[in-house]
Amino acid sequence: MSILVQFAIGLVFGLGLVIAGMSDPAKVLNFLDLGAIPTGGWDPSLAFVLGGAITVTFFGFKFVLRRAQPIFGGSFHLPTATDIDARIIAGPAIFGIGWGLAGFCPGPAFTALTTGGTPALIFVVAMLLGMGSARWLASRPVRLTPQAT
Amino acid sequence: MTATDFTPVASLIGGALIGASAVMLMVAKGRIAGVSGIAVRLLPPYADKELAGRLAFILGIIVAPLVVLLATGTAPVPTIEGSTALLALAGLLVGFGSVWGNGCTSGHGVCGLSRLSVRSLVATLTFMATAMANVFLTRHLL
Repeated sequence: MSILVQFAIGLVFGLGLVIAGMSDPAKVLNFLDLGAIPTGGWDPSLAFVLGGAITVTFFGFKFVLRRAQPIFGGSFHLPTATDIDARIIAGPAIFGIGWGLAGFCPGPAFTALTTGGTPALIFVVAMLLGMGSARWLASRPVRLTPQAT
Repeated sequence: MTATDFTPVASLIGGALIGASAVMLMVAKGRIAGVSGIAVRLLPPYADKELAGRLAFILGIIVAPLVVLLATGTAPVPTIEGSTALLALAGLLVGFGSVWGNGCTSGHGVCGLSRLSVRSLVATLTFMATAMANVFLTRHLL
């Protein structure tokens, strides 16, 4: 039951991406292209996606986190880190460069697997490789970046 | 580059659905709907027994365009530009960076900002800035 529900929740997420137009990298890149504002080529849609998503999530989280525990048991897993370290700058900086290159972030890359053909598959395989590498590097005993104690 | 139409209403509705999904995952499983965090945990080694649920969530995202196709008769086709090498490089950077920084557009941009997390704000401003700078560089300077 829990598995089926998680499939449905993922489906809602994917439908949101498709309806919002975010499954199309061209739309994402045209949002990121501030240099196109003077020529009228800028597409501010992504700001509306974030606005809609944050509004619902902000009030929704407040409401559901009043519960003692999630419906399927266990506890709420909320991030507890608050330190601004090198990783919270370097990671997003690298992610952003890749996002600006192809117009895909992880969610839309997955929606493109069904409709984007081989180029989408190449991106997703490379993305999973990058994800695995980052986790492997982060789990090594000798840290490459200073860690908060 | 391909011109796209400004779609404020559809984008607001789609965004609200993404938010609804994040709220549902929180109330059902107590988890942040961060696609990069969920995707990296599809790879071994496995720290818990939640693999099937994570796979189901990602599968839901993957089949969404097919559901749209069934419901409306047409599925939006993504405009993917760039060579194989460029797509592979972009994928590596997106995958590595999102896991190294503990989140992507959904985990930091949607869930983190909704929780008023300063870390997520720093992350979101950083990836927006480098993405915009990169697009400016490739479209207007090179």
